[in-house]
Amino acid sequence: MNRVALATALLALMTGPALAGKVFVSNERGNTITVVDSETWEVIAEFPAGNRPRGITASPDGKHLYVCASDDNVVRVFDTATYQELHTLPSGPDPELFVLHPSGNPLYIANEDDNLVTVTDVNTHTILAEVPVGVEPEGMGISPDGKYVVNTSETTNMAHFIDTTSYEIVQNTLVDQRPRFAQYTTDGKYLFVSAEIGGTVSVINPDGGEIVHKVTFEVPGIPPELLQPVGVRVTSDGKKVFVALGPSNRVALVNGETFEVEKYLLVGQRVWQLAFDAEEKYLYTTNGNSNDISIIDVAAEEVVKSVQVGQQPWGVVVVPD
Amino acid sequence: MRPLLIALAAIVTREALRFARQRSRFVSALVRPLVWLVVFAAGFRAALGLSIIPPYQTYITYETYIVPGLCGMILLFNGMQSSLSLVYDREMGSMRLLLTSPLPRWWLLFAKILAGTAVSVLQCYAFLGIAAAMGIKMPVMGYVYVLPALVLGGVMLGALGVALSSFISQMENFAGVMNFVIFPTFFMSTALYPLWRMAESSMLLRDICAVNPFSHAVELIRFALYEQFNGMALLWTALASLVFLGLALWGYDPGRGLMRRRG
Repeated sequence: MNRVALATALLALMTGPALAGKVFVSNERGNTITVVDSETWEVIAEFPAGNRPRGITASPDGKHLYVCASDDNVVRVFDTATYQELHTLPSGPDPELFVLHPSGNPLYIANEDDNLVTVTDVNTHTILAEVPVGVEPEGMGISPDGKYVVNTSETTNMAHFIDTTSYEIVQNTLVDQRPRFAQYTTDGKYLFVSAEIGGTVSVINPDGGEIVHKVTFEVPGIPPELLQPVGVRVTSDGKKVFVALGPSNRVALVNGETFEVEKYLLVGQRVWQLAFDAEEKYLYTTNGNSNDISIIDVAAEEVVKSVQVGQQPWGVVVVPD
Repeated sequence: MRPLLIALAAIVTREALRFARQRSRFVSALVRPLVWLVVFAAGFRAALGLSIIPPYQTYITYETYIVPGLCGMILLFNGMQSSLSLVYDREMGSMRLLLTSPLPRWWLLFAKILAGTAVSVLQCYAFLGIAAAMGIKMPVMGYVYVLPALVLGGVMLGALGVALSSFISQMENFAGVMNFVIFPTFFMSTALYPLWRMAESSMLLRDICAVNPFSHAVELIRFALYEQFNGMALLWTALASLVFLGLALWGYDPGRGLMRRRG
């Protein structure tokens, strides 16, 4: 099965990424991080990342990689150039997801087993605060101005708005069953909260906390219980909202103005988290059961490639070079 | 050279006229793969769960998978249809007229096959157009690269049809061709399922699919549609074309072939 080099080159020209960078994927079962070149879409490295790495993010300067090593009860910090572990950060027990303040410090970490959100200073490596929240905290989102951090609790079915200066919950919004992820629009006008069992994405007005719209999903031929919204990402112009739909193996594209689903894109099995590259040209999805990531062309609204990574990929972040 | 081209033009024109007059044939040739695409593929959409195999870069729905196979289906049915028309020609006597021409017989048969292929290719493009309108789109250049693949596949299956027609003595026997040629050729190929899926049920079935020249014609079309080149498939398809062309020539040779037996 040969390929003509010319045809491949042509294909690369037509669909190739614009800027070089690295895609870091946390492999929950493989206990590793897979590094994929964002230009060639080839795996360039895989390195150990402690036990059960899940949540993953990078510092604003792209130099540090933060990974929730859930079973080690710490956040591990890696150099994005050398892949060496630099140090660990205290996270409280079982860190699953976290969000970094837009300034790069501190880190807000959800502790699933302790019903807490732990606030950790990434420079002094100390815990600044522990905020009691609902049962089984999971999703973490932060307002673009950094004033509020939002935590979703899976069992309480709530989005808790926490003031980042007083560490107090100032507002709660009841959403559908098992909220997994919280994502603000860049202008801070809306907050999207996905509910895995409820099968919906609530569009919340952060100013007051009322739900202004509920996005529901329907794919012909797929049982509704498989349509489980998890990861959510919004383009910075707020026009396109991508929602990972777990075991339905689809990513929904939602219109950011009408909140109607426009399209379902077929990706790998059990699609979990999503991440844009810096220019928002491509969206990367982690597919936990098929052990790969799928790459979506954001403008063309189609899946262009899937790449094998480690065992059970969970989280993903793209760091520009 | 000139008489050869005149003969080619005459045969192609005759086929084109036949084609133009039988618009229902064009429609029915399109309806068949469309029914498969819309009804059959829809039923299997969720059940099949295709993994990533070359030339695909990511996950695809079953509809996307069977489009090249359905192009192959058009070529296959048309090839057999021209076989049927050859039997008809023989019964009506126009075959005698054609074969008594002083031009080399291989050229006349080849022109006949080429004429049939031209019609098939047109139908394939019409089918690909409808599929694209339904949302099953290929890369733009794929529609260009697929042309030589469709022509070669058409010649191979057209030659098979001509070779078969020399074995069929009467129109009524065409049902046998359906049963013993079209169905096995189509079902025991990669048109409907990839090889790995066949291997899951039976290794023997997988091996039969892997040597079936129709599989290779379909794979050649599939790779070309995705701007890729499959050397193995090209080799097999070209080889099979030569063998079928040889068989067709032999079948229509009055000195040696089967024509003599039937007078």
